[in-house]
Amino acid sequence: MARSLPLRAALLSLSLLVGFLLVWQVAVSGTGKTQAMDPEYAALMGQAATTGKSAMPGPMDVGATIWKHLKDPFYDRGPNDKGLGIQLAYSIGRVALGYLLAVVVAIPVGFLIGMSPLMGRALDPFIQLLKPVSPLAWMPLALYTIKDSGLSAIFVIFICSLWPMLINTAFGVSGTRKEWLNVARTLEVGPIRRAFTVILPAAAPTILTGMRISIGIAWLVIVAAEMLVGGTGIGYFVWNEWNNLSINNVIVSILVIGLVGMILDQLLARAQRLVTFPE
Amino acid sequence: MSILPFARRKPDAPARTAGTRPMSDEKFISIEGIARRYPAPGGKSSGSKTSTVFEDLWLPMRRGEFVCMIGHSGCGKTTVLNILAGLEAPTEGVVIAAGEAIEGTSLDRAVIFQGHALLPWRTVLGNVAYAVSSRWRKAGKAEVEARARKAIATVGLAGSEHKRPSELSGGMKQRVGIARALSIEPKILLMDEPFSALDALTRGTLQDEVRRICVETGQTVFMITHDVDESIYLADRIVLMTNGPMAKVAEIVENPLPKDRDRTQLHHAPGYYALRNHLMDFLVTRSKTLRDAMPAGYDQRNPPVVRPTLSEADAAAIAASEPVGKRA
Repeated sequence: MARSLPLRAALLSLSLLVGFLLVWQVAVSGTGKTQAMDPEYAALMGQAATTGKSAMPGPMDVGATIWKHLKDPFYDRGPNDKGLGIQLAYSIGRVALGYLLAVVVAIPVGFLIGMSPLMGRALDPFIQLLKPVSPLAWMPLALYTIKDSGLSAIFVIFICSLWPMLINTAFGVSGTRKEWLNVARTLEVGPIRRAFTVILPAAAPTILTGMRISIGIAWLVIVAAEMLVGGTGIGYFVWNEWNNLSINNVIVSILVIGLVGMILDQLLARAQRLVTFPE
Repeated sequence: MSILPFARRKPDAPARTAGTRPMSDEKFISIEGIARRYPAPGGKSSGSKTSTVFEDLWLPMRRGEFVCMIGHSGCGKTTVLNILAGLEAPTEGVVIAAGEAIEGTSLDRAVIFQGHALLPWRTVLGNVAYAVSSRWRKAGKAEVEARARKAIATVGLAGSEHKRPSELSGGMKQRVGIARALSIEPKILLMDEPFSALDALTRGTLQDEVRRICVETGQTVFMITHDVDESIYLADRIVLMTNGPMAKVAEIVENPLPKDRDRTQLHHAPGYYALRNHLMDFLVTRSKTLRDAMPAGYDQRNPPVVRPTLSEADAAAIAASEPVGKRA
């Protein structure tokens, strides 16, 4: 009975999953014909009224839909009917662009704030004021100034990824161990070399923490942003399938969004491990 | 230029010949009237809103000499070392090192930090090479690596070049810190309680290593320590600081023990107990009484140089063991 903890945890996870699927299946399956009804009326009312079958799809239906998407993820039959892969690619592309823009801005500015107490104090009120604003609140302003819905979505990703990276970079930089800075000072290392050889590696784990928080928020926000701007992307897909009353596709999207978010998070976690060194 | 980092100064070359030393050797480092004051919120001390760690502190050090500074916590030992390193500036006064006033840090003065201060993301070789490439900016990769490897071998860590600091024991980390400091061939080596975080056994071996390296290379060293025995073993002269605030250099104690020392036999050496008792007496009582009232004739600019009084047997033994004319 001395099975390893991971194995036991995996077994428990599996049984929880099976239990959940069973309950789901039972909850949505019908009970057979429950009442006699005028056939014409029954046809109008659908299966929900005549057999007790729920309009909610069961796990088998969802599984069939997933299989369908997996078989052909990249089809394109006009603006309202694109494969799940294409929609995901649009979303990931937007997140990547907005996120990279935020990296380019947040890390240098965070460095500046972290190294200069003056800049830190001067910029602090702006950061404190803008940080709690929901990124979607920027959307109208972005649409008005940029006049392009796709770019506006990227801007919203940019603005929501910015703050955690900025604050963590500043925190990591200002928290560089004084000993290490003294080593650089006694070796007469210039400011640029010091920034790249001492401060950046010392702050890297904290910066990566900020980047990890940011990618999570960006992936949360892209779904909402795409519901607003429409056209393409996984967020638009979810809303479009809701309008189509295809609960199957909505559930599949939820799973896919979760999966992609998990992968993004794990990538950053791995990167974080690469730059973290115990003392 | 030689690739051997420690071949520059032969032990028999300059220094150590009484009477014939030029001034620059006698005062290779000269602390001249430095003061350090910090703003004090309490405002208890003299003056309005500052607390004075020390003021009007004068201290000469010879070239090739190993100087230990002893004093209780708060006497400003670390501040003196930081000023020598250029990490802190004195509120008043100047320090002349090798003929130049100290303004900021310099590669001529290497520091061995108390907490080793290795960069954890670099390997042993990387940490030392970082210092080497800072010293010789134009040096090629191969030369940097050769110098770094040489320094690592000197402290007995050959074979561990590619380990990271987290894979090393405390003693090995401090060895890397020593290798890093030595690799840049400093004129002056500054050590801030380098062995205080180590266990007794490791401390002993590292003291042996440091003593061997410093004697072989004629390195000028300034070291801070709490440990009386450490100072007796390592130092040529021991600087005693009274308690702070307003700490003073009470006296400079000449170490009468022969230059050729064996750590395990040290306590049998003639003069050892006289010296040790003198230092202990100072730490236990005189460090406090002397701060409150210095003896008449005390001159801050020329702190008294003392050789602890020896028993006649000790004195005779020392006289017999030293070549004639060595001491003026």
